[in-house]
Amino acid sequence: MEPLRMETQNLTVYYGKNAGVKNVSLPVHDRKITALIGPSGCGKTTFLRALNRMHDLNPIVRIEGRVLLDGEDVYAAGVDPVVIRRRVGMVFQRPTPFPTMSIFENVVAGLRLVGVKDRERLAEVAERSLKAAALWDEVKDRLNEPAVGLSGGQQQRISIARALAVEPEVLLMDEPTSALDPISTQAIEDLLTDLKDQVTIVIVTHNMQQAARVSDRTAFFLNGDMIEYGPTERLFTNPADERTEAYITGRFG
Amino acid sequence: MNLRRRYLRDRLMVALVYLGTLLVLLPLLFILGYVFVKGIGALNWDFFTKPPAPPGEPGGGMLPAIVGTFVIDLMALAMGGLLGLGGGVLMAEYPEHPLNRPLRLVANVLGGIPAILMGLFAFVFVVVPMGGFSAFSGSVALAILMIPIIMRATEEVLRILPWELREAGLALGLPRWRVTLSLILPAAKGGIVTGLLLALARAAGEAAPLLFTAFGNPFISFDPLGPMDSLPLKIYVYAISPYEEWIRQAWGAALLLALLLMVTNFLARRALRRS
Amino acid sequence: MRDKIYGQLGDRVFTAGLVLLGLAVMLIAGLMAWELGAGGWEAFRSFGFWGFVRGSAWNAVAEQFGAWPFLLGTLITSAAALALAFLPALAAAIAVAEYAPRWLAEAVAYLIDLLAALPSVVYGLWGIFVLVPLVRDHLEQPLFLWSAEHAPALMGVLGPPTGIGMLSAVLVLALMIVPYASSLARDAIRLVPRAQREAMYALGATRWEVVRRVVLPYARGGIFAGVILALARAIGETMAVTMLIGNSGQLPYSVFGPAATMASVIANEFAEAEGGLQLSSLLAVGFLLMLLSLAVNLVADFILRRMSVGEGRK
Repeated sequence: MEPLRMETQNLTVYYGKNAGVKNVSLPVHDRKITALIGPSGCGKTTFLRALNRMHDLNPIVRIEGRVLLDGEDVYAAGVDPVVIRRRVGMVFQRPTPFPTMSIFENVVAGLRLVGVKDRERLAEVAERSLKAAALWDEVKDRLNEPAVGLSGGQQQRISIARALAVEPEVLLMDEPTSALDPISTQAIEDLLTDLKDQVTIVIVTHNMQQAARVSDRTAFFLNGDMIEYGPTERLFTNPADERTEAYITGRFG
Repeated sequence: MNLRRRYLRDRLMVALVYLGTLLVLLPLLFILGYVFVKGIGALNWDFFTKPPAPPGEPGGGMLPAIVGTFVIDLMALAMGGLLGLGGGVLMAEYPEHPLNRPLRLVANVLGGIPAILMGLFAFVFVVVPMGGFSAFSGSVALAILMIPIIMRATEEVLRILPWELREAGLALGLPRWRVTLSLILPAAKGGIVTGLLLALARAAGEAAPLLFTAFGNPFISFDPLGPMDSLPLKIYVYAISPYEEWIRQAWGAALLLALLLMVTNFLARRALRRS
Repeated sequence: MRDKIYGQLGDRVFTAGLVLLGLAVMLIAGLMAWELGAGGWEAFRSFGFWGFVRGSAWNAVAEQFGAWPFLLGTLITSAAALALAFLPALAAAIAVAEYAPRWLAEAVAYLIDLLAALPSVVYGLWGIFVLVPLVRDHLEQPLFLWSAEHAPALMGVLGPPTGIGMLSAVLVLALMIVPYASSLARDAIRLVPRAQREAMYALGATRWEVVRRVVLPYARGGIFAGVILALARAIGETMAVTMLIGNSGQLPYSVFGPAATMASVIANEFAEAEGGLQLSSLLAVGFLLMLLSLAVNLVADFILRRMSVGEGRK
């Protein structure tokens, strides 16, 4: 049995009175890639954002159930969302470079938060993170230029490098390639496989081929329910539920 | 920097931000409350129905100023509205017209010029040639003040309407001017009314452009070519006067003016929400 | 055929009408600049343009006129008012756009808009009868007495503690521009995309850190442009200043003492100006005030263009 890094138990997320995610229990295995697939509006992004308490920012959202990180509930009383988000990083659908910061400052933004001032340490982390995000060779000569001058794919890898720089245990990715061209998508998919040794990844995608290519385990969501969960290969070749089969064979969604 | 210190700073900034907000709101609320308390005592039947009493004598009212405010402001709205709407429609509906760039620049420039200069201009341009102070010259000054506000508001609301609406009209075989008049302007009615009302509210509070144009007049007058009184003007004159009765009435006029502007602003918001 | 006339002719007439209205607007603006410049021509000719700008005498009897005291008075009062207003205005903007729950934010924003709509004369009226006595009795006189005892050299700088003067004018000006500056800053902050905030939260930032490192830098163009526009407001503000500043065109100015601004001297003297040269000099002051407002507005425009980022760019 592989160790678990995260786990949800009967997680339900309400938007006002409506449940966007219903009673989902999902294990997240350590240093594996877990993919969440399903048609748009199925609750997969809502589920993802519950994992690092991003819903705290929206007062109408209410959470029930438990989200365990290394066995401890991140929603327990006294747990600080700031600490949780530091341990569980996030990359968004669209690249979000901070437009007033240089490439370098974007990458080390998380370290600046905790007051790291040592130039050498910052430079070292920036290089390591950019290398991990497969971007170092492209930007090493212009680290002080604004990050918004980069291409969309490069900007997304900046966002990944920025998330990696604080050395999170888990990295949540919300359709990280949906706004990118095929070549940038390829680069980021390659990157995910390389990152697996360092960090546990949960990725939301509406691209089934992508889920099949990069993930170890896949969960299929529909209308807020988790219909099926299992090893990626098994789920795509021999789905247990007919709705999963309908979805992966392209009959709806 | 550990987490506790970061949170300490976070809390401190919350406190400072709310403190700053209080610093903004408290004096202003105090002014509003003060005007209300002082003004309500001065509002009585005479205030609304009588012309001013001679200096130093008790009694008298604000009727000429109240009437004058409406006359001057409505004339200004008619002039400013026509020019502002014309400019706004031109900029929004004929984006390819060569006049648009300079017109937009001029609108921005006009919008940034202090109101008192509108009064100076109206003095040189209207009062001097016509040989005397007049309500009309005051309306000209206020109209110039309104033009950029109305133009900007009109352009903005027209821009929000989808181009498909225009194309649908043109596809029916309607000429462009019919499309603008019968489709676009009715569709944008609420927003345009909002712009007009906001401009009216802005101009109605101004005394500076009226100082040497409408000038003021203690008698009721409907003659646009003669001097006329207005509430902001009266507040200024009474406030710096030595007579207690006048000062008391200045507070009443301040309250009345503030209420009128609030109502106008409220109507403007409602018109926007309706559309 | 009739349709064609209806269409083509109608279009032509309609467009011509609009163009005429547009031209009229431009003509008015042009005439305004021209009339003020031409009206001030006599003053500029008598004293020279720079001689008039830098001249510090304003004496109707001696027919000596210079705009320097008013230019200085305008710049000092509006800059001081802005310095006082800036941080509270920004705080209120942050509170409304970032911190406060929805109902409170809407209430505060509504109030601020309401107060921005209060006329200048009303602020002036309140200033004369509430602020001036307050400032005189509780700020100026104690300070003046203290300096008389401990630092006589300061007395000249402070000036006569009558309540009517620069300090009261600055305080009222600050109160008047706060709502305006705050609502512009609020609009700029609201333009910051949510994704920007979320990206910083996702790195484990506290709320203040998100404001400080993402929201304010992103909105800086709009905030600074708003600040400059508020300065432009203060520069052109007439009635309240006229009622409170004491209207003295004498240099040097003191903190409490009477002063005058370009707008206030026009409001105060124009109606009773005697003689062509004084009238012309006041028009010339008006012309300079127009140039100053124009310059400040251009700076605001430039800042908005240069410092804006992302969707905030216009």
